[in-house]
Amino acid sequence: MRGRVNFTNVLLAFWLLLLLIGITAELHPDEVSLAHILQPPSSELWLGADDLGRPVFDRLIAGARVSLLLAVIVVMISLFVGLSVGVLSAYIGGKFDNVISHIIDIFLAFPGILLAIALAGILGPGELNVIIALTAVGWVGFARLARAQVLSIRHYDHVSAAQALGQPSYRILLLHIVPLLAAPIIVEASFAFASVMIAEAGLSFLGLGVQPPQASWGSMIRDGSRYLLVAPHLTLIPGLVLMSAVLLFNLAGDRLRDHLNVK
Amino acid sequence: MWGVLASRISRFLLVTFGVSTLVFFLIHLVPGDPVEVMLGESASVTDREAMRVSLNLHLPIWQQLALYYQHLFQLDLGTSLHSSQPVVTIIMSRLGATIELAIAALIIAILLAIPLGTIAAKRHRQWPDYLSSSIALFGISVPNFVAGPVLILLFAIYLGWLPVSGRAGVASMVLPALTLGTAMAAILSRMLRSSLLDVMHTPYVLSARARGLSETRILFKHIYPNAMLPVITLLGLQLGGLLAGAIITETIFSWPGIGLLTIEAIQKRDYPLVQGCVILISVSYILVNMCTDILYRVIDPRIREAT
Repeated sequence: MRGRVNFTNVLLAFWLLLLLIGITAELHPDEVSLAHILQPPSSELWLGADDLGRPVFDRLIAGARVSLLLAVIVVMISLFVGLSVGVLSAYIGGKFDNVISHIIDIFLAFPGILLAIALAGILGPGELNVIIALTAVGWVGFARLARAQVLSIRHYDHVSAAQALGQPSYRILLLHIVPLLAAPIIVEASFAFASVMIAEAGLSFLGLGVQPPQASWGSMIRDGSRYLLVAPHLTLIPGLVLMSAVLLFNLAGDRLRDHLNVK
Repeated sequence: MWGVLASRISRFLLVTFGVSTLVFFLIHLVPGDPVEVMLGESASVTDREAMRVSLNLHLPIWQQLALYYQHLFQLDLGTSLHSSQPVVTIIMSRLGATIELAIAALIIAILLAIPLGTIAAKRHRQWPDYLSSSIALFGISVPNFVAGPVLILLFAIYLGWLPVSGRAGVASMVLPALTLGTAMAAILSRMLRSSLLDVMHTPYVLSARARGLSETRILFKHIYPNAMLPVITLLGLQLGGLLAGAIITETIFSWPGIGLLTIEAIQKRDYPLVQGCVILISVSYILVNMCTDILYRVIDPRIREAT
């Protein structure tokens, strides 16, 4: 696999390049210019301009910062909460585990991002509320996974040995159980990242996420879809970029799963 | 079997109870005073108090919860703030459009997924497999709100074959159903492929081949029936998700179903209607999943006897 030129690596290289540009470039994503309204891609403005004459390229990069940052935060919090809940639930067991698994069931009963849409709708738009809404949906996957894993890991010999030696529970959890969860959790996190990016863009598309003038891929697609007839590039470009990012994380998840031998 | 049925139904009731409780607390998550948010700052004190009383928000929270359960039990989801019609009536008037779209999307998904999955499994590790798997991965990675506008651009604007949006006749259903159906087909064909691959290498398929049965007969009589089980579970999950309102797809195509209703209610801050939609969507999702789970046991004697 290593060093080969294939689709995943090319996609990865493309994204690293965008990241470099994103960090170093001087951007004017909010600069309104009447002369450039709805201009298609050209040599001067190489991804064109939107309905206010703002450069699509700059907004795309600025949107990437927002989308990626939000996704990182949501996945981190979800991972931490889900892992803690799942591990403790399975390790403590009994009534506590019973209650937790019912709570997990209840959260899983909301299809897709319905709960996130309802929460974001009720709390009102804004980045913080997007994080709250997506985390409320995101922790469940990690909790379910961690719980299922720990249910079998806690009967492993080395855990029994540690218990027999009188090790305190927190040491057993942190040193003997959680490290074994690393591989499946990393794979899950990679897929979660892809789905959080779609969900965040979805919320912004519905007008429930990142608010104007702040750029986000979802809101760019939303704004662009009003000009589908005259300026299709406003929808197509952010759409393609979002798709390639999601594809990258899905491919990375597949690769990691094969590489780390999960399931 | 009856024991399983009873346990499924009690689990359904428990989860429904939990979901409705969670939805009840949604309105208390509204930042600040929900009445002020709904009526706006300029509303008079009398109006505000009238609304507070009509929504029972003046009562202690446990009494509110008790009343809420009582009404829910009578299938009363309250009254819309915007149109002052009962929420149940509004939802019922929109349900047909969502069911129609869900069925159309499901048919498209099955029609696409079965050939894709079968070709991939039959020509495992050859180019048709790679091609079909790439199409599937691509399909999974394209969000609805990208696929929808692209389809509109292609079929409604450039080719002019189909209407852009709305609900007028069969033609207007094609694009939303295609948007939902292709996304489902991607997941479904991946599942079918791996399930078919599992079955193809079982001894009974080998013995059928040794008995000299034709490949078509083996496929239809021995492979498909056995490979369908996990596919049916997934199909149930997806149908539930579709009935549940393809919120984004319905919004793109202005398809007047439950999903669009939810978004409209959120935009109008019609909180009782939002709550009603969320309850209906999730309860139908839970219900479809329960039915799939029971169906699964009816179809597969191995599971039926094991429990």
